[in-house]
Order: sequence, then C-alpha cells, then structure tokens
Amino acid sequence: MKRAAVVGGLAVLATVPLWIGSSYYVNIATQILFYAIFALAVNILAGYAGLVSLGHAGLFGIAAYTGAKLMTVGHGHAVVAAGAVVMTVVAAGVFAVLALRGTGLGFVMITVALGQIVWGVAYRWISLTNGDNGISISGRPAPLGLALTSPRAFYWATFVVFLVAVLSMAIFVASPFGASVRGTRDQPRRMNALGYHVWMIRFLAFLLSGFWTGVAGLLYLYYHQFVSPQAVALAASAEALLMVISGGTATLLGPITGAALVVVMKNVASAYIERWNFVLGAIFVAIVVFMPEGLVPGVVRLGRWVAGVWRAERLRRARLA
Amino acid sequence: MSLWLLLAVNSITLGGLLFLLSAGFSLIFGLMRIPNLTHGSFFMLGAYLATSLIASGLDFWTAALVAGLLVAVLGGIVERLILRRLAGADLAQVLVTLGLSFMIADVCLMVWTGDPIRVATPPALRGATSVLGLGFPTYRLAVSLIAALFAVALWLLLDRTRLGAMIRAGVDDADMARVVGIRVSRLFTIVFCLGAWLAGFAGVIGGPILSVYPGLDQEMLPLALVVVILGGSGSLLGSLVGSLVVGFLYNFGQAMFPELAYVVLFLPMLIVLVVRPQGLFGRQTV
Repeated sequence: MKRAAVVGGLAVLATVPLWIGSSYYVNIATQILFYAIFALAVNILAGYAGLVSLGHAGLFGIAAYTGAKLMTVGHGHAVVAAGAVVMTVVAAGVFAVLALRGTGLGFVMITVALGQIVWGVAYRWISLTNGDNGISISGRPAPLGLALTSPRAFYWATFVVFLVAVLSMAIFVASPFGASVRGTRDQPRRMNALGYHVWMIRFLAFLLSGFWTGVAGLLYLYYHQFVSPQAVALAASAEALLMVISGGTATLLGPITGAALVVVMKNVASAYIERWNFVLGAIFVAIVVFMPEGLVPGVVRLGRWVAGVWRAERLRRARLA
Repeated sequence: MSLWLLLAVNSITLGGLLFLLSAGFSLIFGLMRIPNLTHGSFFMLGAYLATSLIASGLDFWTAALVAGLLVAVLGGIVERLILRRLAGADLAQVLVTLGLSFMIADVCLMVWTGDPIRVATPPALRGATSVLGLGFPTYRLAVSLIAALFAVALWLLLDRTRLGAMIRAGVDDADMARVVGIRVSRLFTIVFCLGAWLAGFAGVIGGPILSVYPGLDQEMLPLALVVVILGGSGSLLGSLVGSLVVGFLYNFGQAMFPELAYVVLFLPMLIVLVVRPQGLFGRQTV
C-alpha cells in the first residue's frame, strides 16, 4: 500500500512535463523540486536535530553566489558546481562552529545574525557581489551532452537530483547516525552519558544540511540564471522554515509537501495580490497557533480521528443489529 | 581631528538609539525567554506612526510619546492574545514573532509606500551647538542625552523600585518568583509593553537621523541581536556597553571600509561567542 503510493507519486512526478502543457507550470514544478531539496536540508537540523536555523538562506546564497562568481570568472560547469557545493559545506562548518555555541534560542539568534552577515556582504560589498543588482550568468550546464536549456530538460535534471536527495535522506533517517541525531535532540544529556559526542553529531548533521542546501542553491542559480540579495534575505530563511513546519518537521514527506504548498501559494498569491509577505506572515502565525505539528501530521491526525469515529459508529450499528 | 570627534558623537548617538531598542529586547528575552523578532518592526512602526502624527499637526515630542504608546498597545495585544497562548514553546514564539514582523512590514509598505520618509528635526534642536570651540549637531547631542537619561531611569526602575525587584526576580528564576507570590504573568505584559514602547520611541527620535524606509526593521533587528549576544541577555549594563560598541563600530567602520561596515558590526559578536558565549555581562548561557 505504502510502497504503491510512493511508486505512484514518483511516476506522477517523473512524468510532470508530459501531462502539464504549459512550460510556466513545468517551471513551477521545477521550483518545487529544488525548494523541496532545500527544505529537506533545513529539516535535518530543524526536524531531526532540533536546531532551528534562521540563517540557511545565507548558505543557500553562498552556493548561488559562489557558482555565479566562478562562472563569471570563466570556469566550466564542473568547477562551478563542485566549487559552489564545497564552499557551502565549508561555510556550513563555520556556521556550525559558531552557532553550536548556543542551543535552543541561542542557536536561533546566532543563525539569524550569521545569515545577516551573508546578506550584508551580498547587499553592501558591491565590488564583490554587485550589490542590489545581483549577478547574472549565461547558460545552464549540459551534463553528458544533454542540454538543459528547455524547461522540460531542466525539470528532469532537477528531478534526478531530487531523487538522490530524497534517497539520501531516507538512508540518513534509517541509519544509526540518523538515530543518534534524533537522540541528541530528545536526550542530549543521556546521549552524552552513553558516550556519544553530542557536539560532533550536531556538527556533522549541520554539514550534511549544508551540503544539500548548497545543491539546492546551485539549482536555484541554474534555474534563474541570476542571483541577488533577495535570495539571502531573512525572509528566504523564514520561507524555508515555513516549508518544513507547514509540512511537518522530522518527516520525509513533510518538507516536500511544504515546499509544494509554499511555492504554489507564492505563485498564486502573487498573481492576485502584491502582498506575498503579508500572506507568508499570516500563514506562519496561523500554522503555529492552530496546527503546531504541521499540516501532514495534522491531516494524518484528522484522518485517524475520522477513521476512529467511523469505526466506532460501525461497531455501534453492528451491536444494535 | 574634528572629523574623528564628529564620528565619535555620531557613534554615541547611534549607540543611544540602539540602547533604547535593545534594552527592551534584552529584558523581554531575559525575563520571558522570547527572542522578539518583531522588535525591529516596533522601531519602524513607531517612526512611521510619528510621521503621520506630525503630518496631522502634532509636535515632534508629543508625536514621539503617542507613537510609542500606540506601539506599546500593539505589543500588549500581541503578548496577551498570541504569545501568551504559546507559553513555553520557544520555537513557536520565534516563528510567530517572525510572521508578525513580515505582516507589520507589509502593512507599513501598503500605508506609507516604499519611499523613504524624512522626519523633520524639531525646530528647537536644529543647527549646531558649539562645545569646547567645536560645532556639533544639536539634535544628535540631544538624542545622546535622552538615551543617557533613559539608561539612568531604567537602572533606577530595575534597581530601586519594587517593580524592578520583581522583574529581576523573574529574570533569575521565574518559577521561584511565582512561588513567592509575584504575578509573573503580569510582569510579562508590563515588560513587553515597556520594551515595545522603548522601541517605538527610539524609532521616532531616530527618525530625523536615519529617516524611515521599508527594510529599516530588518536592518535594526540584527543590531539588537548583536547587542544582546554581546552584552548578555537581561543585563541592562550589557545592553548599554553592547550598544556603544556597535555604535562605534558602525560609524568608524562606515568611514573606513564603507562596503564592509555592516559586516564589521558582527565581528565582536563572533569573538564573544567563541570566548564567552553567555555574553560580556550575562550570567546564564544564552
């Protein structure tokens, strides 16, 4: 049942460009996929490690800016991709060393400040980042001779990366490492007493999160062929966190659903109203106040409740008859 | 020489504004464990409200007080209706205050448009005052003086009054304070409103120097964060020292490395985090 649903879902995702006519919608589907990778990366920390980062847009932006910078200097796509991801992982290491000086709220505040440093560089260090005007790049890569210029081709390329990301996330969750990360979230002191190096486990989780954030940032760069400080702003970090939380933290499906939800809402909302940020904020408040465990677990809970009521009703009828 | 002196005065002025902003932030964080991410929005909202109040004929100082009060009322509503329901859920509070800050920013953009608005300097404080033969902008001196007065007043409030003793007890151990009969939940509201009022008021008196524009909130909030991380949460002295450090770094940074001024601000924070994560004057870990 569950396996059939997964296969069915993947089949639907794999064939999106075939049954969605307009390339506008294919592009939205592509955005959903790379934002889903980003959300999965944020979820490693926010969900499984219990460390809420509001600076991940900084890492996302470091990947995009490094890629753009390497490309404008004239490097090939292999160097661009590798450089961007390596740079992001290194930056994630620096972020982790500083942010892990605090846990809980301290961690949140430090990540906000770190994210703002990256924003400050992107926005104010004009000779390096071209400031508010951002950096444009020309052309997407063509791995194995396959051109990715069309929306369809780029969708499939993103889909392949997305599959690898989901698979790696599933392996991570099921692995002993995944279990120890969850352990440091729930019982850091006991984990410590059991001989686990809590700091190191968190650090490694941060690096893993940084890696996939870098991949997502690189896909973002290739998709838009442009990066500006907007990608690094606090609102972008908040959006990523909203994807994780709206879908349900510490689940595999949650961040993907959340990413779809946020991207679709953003596109629909911006077609009708100018005020996306207001909607974003309002959704944030509504979700936190009314559905604190996220949409996917919330709906699951609702489903269980409905099923329970239905079963009780059937039992009652059977007894009466 | 006089350039450096002028920079120093500007630094103290900015430090004073930051103190008004971050003292409330720090108290709220220290007492309620809420990192109030709407604090920058309170600052901006206060300034915007004052521009409208001044346009409708109020004088600058009345407008500053009234705008601060309006922001304080909003803060009280937020605390009572939303944050209260999420007591103990740190993460939920972070997210709610973040969500509210987006909403406030967007409403401000809608009402006051995207153009920067300059707040006129009150007529009595225009021009320059000469001190020791050097001319300084009168208004900046006045802002520094106001901030100093507030620092003393807040210190007296916290250190010399019954209310202050209760707040300190709440910061140190909220549960124990409750046990001995202090109504900590009422303190929460009082402190939140006071913090919001200070932020709104700071936004208004900062108006003639910084002017008001969209994005001011997201620019001020990290500064308040840095001040609190530097100084330690819940410590008034920490806020004061942290604010001055940030004020000096910002102005001197801007004069010496204009492109990197914003980034330079965060360096002392990084050093403090590595060497003394609880902040210079903090007692518990942040």
